[in-house]
Amino acid sequence: MRPSRRDDACIDRANTNGAGSSVAGARTATLNYHWNWHVFWEPSPNGTGTYLDMLLSGLVLTIETALCAWIIALVLGAIVGVLRTLPSKAASWFGFAYVEFFRNMPLLVQLFLWFFVLPELLPRPWGLWLKQLTNAPFYTAAIGIGLFMSARVAEQTRSGINALPRGQRAAATALGLTTPQTYRYVLLPMAFRIILPPLTSEFLSTIKNTSVAITIGLIELTAEARAMQEFSFQVFEAFTAATILYLLVNIVVVVVMRFVERGVAVPGYIGGK
Amino acid sequence: MKCLRMLGLASGLALAAVLCTAQGEAEELSGTLRKIKDTGVINIGYRDSSIPFSYLDDNQKPIGFAIDICLAIVEAVKKQLKLDKLTVEFNPVTSSTRIPLLANGTIDLECGSTTNNPDRLKQVAFTNTHFLTATRFISRKSSKLNSIEDLKGKSVASTSGTTNIRQLTEANAARNLGINIIPAKEHAESFLMVETDRAVAAVLDDILLASFAAGSKEPEAYVISTDAFSKPEPYGIMLRKDDPAFKKVADDATAALYQGAEGQKLYDKWFMQKIPPKNLNLNVPIGAELKKAFAKPTDSPDPDSYKAM
Amino acid sequence: MFANFDFDVIRRSLGYLFLDGMTFTLTLTGLATLGGIIFGTLIAMMRLSGSWLLSRIAGLYVDLMRSLPLVLVIFWFYFLVPYIGQWLTGAARPVRVGAFASSLITFTLFEAAYFSEIMRAGIQSISKGQPAAAQALGLTYAQTMRYVVLPQAFRNMLPVLLTQTIVLFQDTSLVYVLSIPDFLGAASKVAQRDGRLVEMYLFAALVYFVISCVASFGVRRLQARIAYVH
Repeated sequence: MRPSRRDDACIDRANTNGAGSSVAGARTATLNYHWNWHVFWEPSPNGTGTYLDMLLSGLVLTIETALCAWIIALVLGAIVGVLRTLPSKAASWFGFAYVEFFRNMPLLVQLFLWFFVLPELLPRPWGLWLKQLTNAPFYTAAIGIGLFMSARVAEQTRSGINALPRGQRAAATALGLTTPQTYRYVLLPMAFRIILPPLTSEFLSTIKNTSVAITIGLIELTAEARAMQEFSFQVFEAFTAATILYLLVNIVVVVVMRFVERGVAVPGYIGGK
Repeated sequence: MKCLRMLGLASGLALAAVLCTAQGEAEELSGTLRKIKDTGVINIGYRDSSIPFSYLDDNQKPIGFAIDICLAIVEAVKKQLKLDKLTVEFNPVTSSTRIPLLANGTIDLECGSTTNNPDRLKQVAFTNTHFLTATRFISRKSSKLNSIEDLKGKSVASTSGTTNIRQLTEANAARNLGINIIPAKEHAESFLMVETDRAVAAVLDDILLASFAAGSKEPEAYVISTDAFSKPEPYGIMLRKDDPAFKKVADDATAALYQGAEGQKLYDKWFMQKIPPKNLNLNVPIGAELKKAFAKPTDSPDPDSYKAM
Repeated sequence: MFANFDFDVIRRSLGYLFLDGMTFTLTLTGLATLGGIIFGTLIAMMRLSGSWLLSRIAGLYVDLMRSLPLVLVIFWFYFLVPYIGQWLTGAARPVRVGAFASSLITFTLFEAAYFSEIMRAGIQSISKGQPAAAQALGLTYAQTMRYVVLPQAFRNMLPVLLTQTIVLFQDTSLVYVLSIPDFLGAASKVAQRDGRLVEMYLFAALVYFVISCVASFGVRRLQARIAYVH
């Protein structure tokens, strides 16, 4: 955040002071906000440690949710993407309907449907069990975000497969491979290498989308930053920390994926040297 | 001759000086009063579902006990600034946005169910107390939860940004209860969690719990605990800190209201008569402590100072 | 299964839902798209300009906005904009910004990063012969951009821009986190007040689905019509 600016003009004070922040903090007449960067080392009210611990536990939950959702998205998305490229009309239509269903509704609305509406539509004992699961927000978020992202992965897979030269499929048929074998040994390996860069950005999207689950009660990083703001009144410190943590996660994922891309690249093809 | 002229000049200067300074003092407004005079608008923050203090009626208009008190403050401001017209704009706030929105100037007065306590006094100021309430929990009678210890290991809802959720969090940590705390955005949502069996209990101020139970589909199914998380704490209308001129106007207006007959009538209107939107009567007679706080208006954050004699 | 649901609540609140909620959502979508495209084009031009400094600043802005979740950005701007306004205008107190203005600023600035990437791809897809010919004709950089490059880039990227607009339309539902009354927020308020979660959320999902479906169908038709081979 921008550092403080001293100003001599007579300014009326609408202060937001940090709780218990008699320690360091620059009073800025212009910004009318009392900075307190030491708040991260002050104990948080939920007794689990400092505010920094709160944020880090939120980060862990963000990563866990994102990974679970991503696995669901990859598996389902690959299947649906393949379905859309199959010669069969029925499979193709099913894939189309699946993708359209999940792409035309905001993620927030989808999470609400899974979290609030589904338990009410089921028979009462099942609905009650769903509602009273201890980690209901986590499971709902992972599955809801996973399904949402699977539509996008399906689209990527489809464009990856379609980007391959048509000769590949023809040659596979000529060699006597069945359709499943064609996909398993010829099409999918190359298609995935092609779509690895867009898949990386879809994974980053998944991580960002976990923040939407704040609305169904998942206490991930953004939610912890908000809770920190509510307990300590240090708005900007809390959100700055959350911003930095998201940026760090981004950088780590991009670097790791770059290594993966280089690792699986086929020499002399597409991007491999 | 010369003396007379000098005298005349001197007295003329003195008169001018007196007039000028008097003029200057009258215009020396600062803070919120200056903002109101400059813009001709006062912004009031209201709540969605803090029945009967500040909530939306069937036409989505903010009404309530605290709203009426704020309108009295607005009248006083209008008189003080000698304005012909003062537009009142209503802004929705939630428990977690009310303090930041007051600080960044979006609202000038927060009229709802905000607890006055020393922690908050570091960021904002409060005017004279208009209600006293303790933090309790509501649950279904069939869950048979009587004390706070009974909540061990269960899912409990509360509204984020409130003193209630903070007290619940601290009690959870101090007494090692292992409660799964579900934060909700608004009070109505917290109660809805209990209604839909997502949480076994909701922790809020007892007057709000009473309103929700009374307005629910089956009022008889719920019970409010006798066990409390806190002593009865005061509600106050929030204003910005370090703005003594505006606070004085608000304090004077509220003191006049509470001490006069209007105050008792206003209380009866919201607590002893039928109120919209469901025409329910909460039937909460004025307590001895609150009667004392009305007779001697105070903005003290200390719950102990409100004990009746 | 649908025995004790009261779908009449939808009919009763239609006025509030559409007159208040949907107008907010659509106005926000429209204005944010306009602002986002204008600002995004500027950023794209900055990135493609020769100046190293401008290019870096634009690049950093885009990277920052694309790394952060929209929910976090919404929170940032909601609390921050009045202070920025105060700093910019040198006012004595934080500038009062309402919920709509704050949302508009948030979405314009956030989506501008995404629009800028689209416009950048569009500008780069124009063959080099075009600006070269413009320069040969004696047009300045501004004139080249205004009359030759941008119109073509815009036309090429129109389907992608419109798809991003549909994404923006869906993203506006996130102002729910601040209880700002857009369409979903309005539906939610009615749902919580009357205890009719299922009916209202199903209805809201249906409305979003229909609008997005129709819009993306329209974009596909448009794409088919304006596609031409270079």
